[in-house]
Amino acid sequence: MTMQITKNDLVDTTVADDRSIDELYARRRVPLVEKHGARIRAFFAAIVPPMIVLAILLGLWQLLCLAPSSALPSPSRIWSEANDLILHPFFVAGPQDLGLGWRVLTSLQRVAFGFGLASVAGVLLGVIVGQSQWAMRGLDPLFQVLRTVPPLAWLPISLAAFRDSYPSAIFVIFITSIWPIVINTAVGVRNIPQDYRNVAAVLRLNHFEFFWKIMIPSAAPYIFTGLRIGVGLSWLAIVAAEMLTGGVGIGFFIWDAWNSSRLPDIFVALAYIGVTGFVLDRIVAAIGALATRGAQAS
Amino acid sequence: MSYLRIDHVDKTFSNGARATKVLEAVDLSVEKGQYVSIIGHSGCGKSTLLNIVAGLVAASAGGIVLENHQVDTPGPDRAVVFQNHSLLPWLTVYDNVRLAVDKVFAGKKSRAERHDWTMRNLELVQMIAAKDKRPSEISGGMKQRVGIARALAMEPKVLLLDEPFGALDALTRAHLQDQVMALHRTLGNTVMMITHDVDEAVLLSDRIVMMTNGPRATIGETLDVALPRPRNRLELASDPVYLECRRRVLQFLYERHHYVEAA
Repeated sequence: MTMQITKNDLVDTTVADDRSIDELYARRRVPLVEKHGARIRAFFAAIVPPMIVLAILLGLWQLLCLAPSSALPSPSRIWSEANDLILHPFFVAGPQDLGLGWRVLTSLQRVAFGFGLASVAGVLLGVIVGQSQWAMRGLDPLFQVLRTVPPLAWLPISLAAFRDSYPSAIFVIFITSIWPIVINTAVGVRNIPQDYRNVAAVLRLNHFEFFWKIMIPSAAPYIFTGLRIGVGLSWLAIVAAEMLTGGVGIGFFIWDAWNSSRLPDIFVALAYIGVTGFVLDRIVAAIGALATRGAQAS
Repeated sequence: MSYLRIDHVDKTFSNGARATKVLEAVDLSVEKGQYVSIIGHSGCGKSTLLNIVAGLVAASAGGIVLENHQVDTPGPDRAVVFQNHSLLPWLTVYDNVRLAVDKVFAGKKSRAERHDWTMRNLELVQMIAAKDKRPSEISGGMKQRVGIARALAMEPKVLLLDEPFGALDALTRAHLQDQVMALHRTLGNTVMMITHDVDEAVLLSDRIVMMTNGPRATIGETLDVALPRPRNRLELASDPVYLECRRRVLQFLYERHHYVEAA
């Protein structure tokens, strides 16, 4: 009996076409309430647990820092002393008295510049390393050493070279975020299936066509992994670099707040930095998901 | 002078100090419009031979002459249908064929003509309806049909088929074999096909080339299949000529050059 059922199942799966099943599902009339109900449930399932955890942590923090003698401010104190920073991200009250939104945007502008340069240079360098056995042997050890150098260690050298804080900060972002892009692109290029190379050879694609039509789409999932790691590192680097170079960015704001003993402001700035980094990561991931649609071999 | 000539081809793969001679003195002439199958046990180097003809692998000695010109690099005049279809997964069915058409006919056909030519070839393999699907959304047999359309769209002098039906189930395979026969009848291409399926070889070919076991594999015997076209697989099943051809290939493969498991 069991045998027969298994056999029938097998026959069904071989005969039935996947697409027609999908179509049947799509055509099945789902009552509106049921359809939206599922979405609403999914939304709450994603939102409610982190909210509960956040509330518990804030409560715990409040309890621990309740004493007037505690070194760190409690959430309620942060709210009472720094709620202007939370509620008005885009105020302008003077050249150095800006809302945190403006400061984040200034830092983002530097990241966009440095990370943009790193993306282009990193992908090109990665392609060379991935394509050429010789370049790979020569450059890979160098990359492996350089990528472990902490972002701030580059700052004195770049200050000496550029003699200005703005390009120095951008260079630090560039040099921090380029390594994962180079290394991932190289792996992606090395993993282009021989089949695609054969197709390109039969079609006699030239180097330029091979780059755009085969290499980039085939390596795209790897490239975007590299970009995603890179954008995270850029954000780490800029905050650190701005603490030392000064100016308008969010990093300098923290340093300035520390020097003038405004601890609650620092906590608010940290939240801004965290949320911005999270959003950056999600944006790159979303672009990657869109760009590599269908790129997985079947 | 024959249309395609494989002239005393040797192939040696060297791995460090150890060199293995895979092919030795393979010599074959193919006439224009002929459908030739190369059959042999797995590992006998028949795919290597096809790759040498395609120009994807260089011969160690000897060479390939196509229409009185030696060819040693890959090119669209020897289009390959790969066993695993090798469609680019990020392109739609249409774009996979269009890529080949754009490259081969750049400067020779206008934009509109290239579109028409792409559609013509998709129509030949009945893939118009699925032209906007990606390879991951269509079945194995459909992918192979797109692979065939892509190869045909290059208007190759020789169509090279590398076990084109190997990865398909029996029913799909029979269906696709019939389609390839019909295409060969309409277009009159010169075809070289690698296979390890005796029935497939006899059904499709004008000539069957049987290869000895490797290493140092070479052509053991060739057999002309004198069956009139169009061929019908049901009628052939009891045709004495068909059965005799089948018997001779089987005899070659299983009596005189039976497969020896590599030690």
